[in-house]
Amino acid sequence: MSNTVRQGSVHLSADVLVLGGGPAGTWAALTAAAKGVRVILADKGYCGSSGATAPSGTGVWYVQPDERLREEAKASRYQMGGQLAEHRWMNRVLERTYANMNRLGVSGYPFPLDEYGNQYRRSLQGPEYMKLMRKLVKKAGVKILDHSPALELLADEHGVAGASGVRVQGGETWSVLAGAVVIATGGCAFLSRALGCNVLTGDGYLLAAEAGASLSGMEFSNAYAICPTFSSITKTAYYSYASFYYEDGSVVEGAGSKRGRSVIARNLQAGRQVFAKLDQAPEDIRPLLRVGQTNFFLPFDRRGIDPFTEAFPVTLRLEGTVRGTGGIRITDEQCGTGVPGLYAAGDAATRELICGGFTGGGSHNAAWAMSSGSFAGEGAAAYAAALGSRAAQRTPSGLSTSPLAEGEVSRGAAVAAAEFTAAVQAEVKPYDINLFRTGEKLTSSLSRLDGLWKEQRGREITRTPEGVKAREAQAMTATARWMYNSALARTETRGMHKREDYKETDNGQHHRLITGGLDEVWTGREEVAKESVLL
Amino acid sequence: MIEVISAARCVECNQCVAVCPTNVFDRVEGGIPMIARQKDCQTCFMCELYCPVDALYVAPDSEGVAGVTEAELERSGLIGGYREKVGWGKGRQPVASHEYMIKLAARAGF
Repeated sequence: MSNTVRQGSVHLSADVLVLGGGPAGTWAALTAAAKGVRVILADKGYCGSSGATAPSGTGVWYVQPDERLREEAKASRYQMGGQLAEHRWMNRVLERTYANMNRLGVSGYPFPLDEYGNQYRRSLQGPEYMKLMRKLVKKAGVKILDHSPALELLADEHGVAGASGVRVQGGETWSVLAGAVVIATGGCAFLSRALGCNVLTGDGYLLAAEAGASLSGMEFSNAYAICPTFSSITKTAYYSYASFYYEDGSVVEGAGSKRGRSVIARNLQAGRQVFAKLDQAPEDIRPLLRVGQTNFFLPFDRRGIDPFTEAFPVTLRLEGTVRGTGGIRITDEQCGTGVPGLYAAGDAATRELICGGFTGGGSHNAAWAMSSGSFAGEGAAAYAAALGSRAAQRTPSGLSTSPLAEGEVSRGAAVAAAEFTAAVQAEVKPYDINLFRTGEKLTSSLSRLDGLWKEQRGREITRTPEGVKAREAQAMTATARWMYNSALARTETRGMHKREDYKETDNGQHHRLITGGLDEVWTGREEVAKESVLL
Repeated sequence: MIEVISAARCVECNQCVAVCPTNVFDRVEGGIPMIARQKDCQTCFMCELYCPVDALYVAPDSEGVAGVTEAELERSGLIGGYREKVGWGKGRQPVASHEYMIKLAARAGF
């Protein structure tokens, strides 16, 4: 790895560049490094604390290699996902997740021990997991660039050949020439302050689309989490023990953590505050809940509220495609994107292949991140190795839609980025546009979003921390347009995608929707692999 | 949001500057770090967890500033509580290895 620092810039080269240092990115880096290639991992924040996983506890889709158990596991969410998952992908992910979790067990993760002294490997505590992943990645010889968001991909006529960005703590620019790039930058939660999600602004979607990749399942992008109004802790699963009340103490009929979430949304939309109390949790389970998600109780403890006996106000915080299943379209078993040299993993990639159009708890998400990360890391390493010495002679150029410039940030750039962000949020946060979808509202929202894109697309962006925010605003605008164009094209209700004007599932639309394009957004259909109907 | 860096406790290791995913802190030569971009705080509590001396306090409200003071925190004893619960720090057992994880899964399915 060459390393030259001059004129405030860092130029590096590697075989594989991984963008993003959450679970998918770190598994990609680990598996690529294990193939003997040189790997650099660049994280927008800090690899180890960044992203949705690090501050959370999560179950993991860890199922013993027993045919009956695995068939049950696959069937459990198949219907909820609108029958869009694929048998073959579920098998691969179950197998890889099982292997990866076992590897964590022998690599020092402190799994609890069952009564026979065996490690219980069905859940992970984010802080512990990601601290270990950082350690393993470093031990594997991967160079980590923290606080180094990518601003654009680099490519030549043969395909993607690296990326460049800025190091926000020193202000230097960075570029990495690489044989292959893995995008593991997470999903998009539109800066809604859902737990750990504010680094997840759809950056990787934009980078991939600029390179010519497409997206899939972007209509499955309207996940909202139940959350106290005074908190960032978006752990909806715990609300299966909640009752919901109005301010006067009367019960909100039909409200619940699963199907009853829309009842909460309709009340909030009408300006009626909804309160929750975890009064359905039996006494003996309460101490267990406190251990399972330590930070769930932190906001309550700090405000002196006992959530089991006292009602507290809740809201629904947008989790977008972080818990939704849409993302970059995967075109092969190595998590390739169809663009030579470009791979995608984790929430940045579509999770439809194992979840279809719905994800419940985190277990599938965690499994997808570690499995797709591993597939992508291995795929990228093999691709880069096959390039051989030719890779060093490439002189790729940047793919950003907006011209990227060196130098000082202009006054007003930060304000403009904040305004664009607020304008996009005004389109994607409201329940009456994004949760309860209609053709009319989606069309009207899209005309405003198209306008926002046009305003931003030609603006010069500087390679500075302020420029990063401008690119985030662009990425969120593009993401919202792919979401709503897909949502408009799916004239039915399926998975988490709900159309008020098409309330039924239409058997004629049992396909995936793909989308892409920047100035002109397009949508198309892709058949689900036939074997999935055998389930 | 992050509200307090205790000057009395801080050892100027700058771990919080390094680990904050949204780059809220700035390193200060010869002094304790400063909260430079408070509105970028996403209230993920990771800085508290990585602080080796429990010098940081993140108030739970992710939208607004509560205005908590160090003196109040010393009285209430709330500072450092998250790291203790996660079981990080000398002589502590990580909560990840707690037997309740197994019991909870058996009872609740998560």
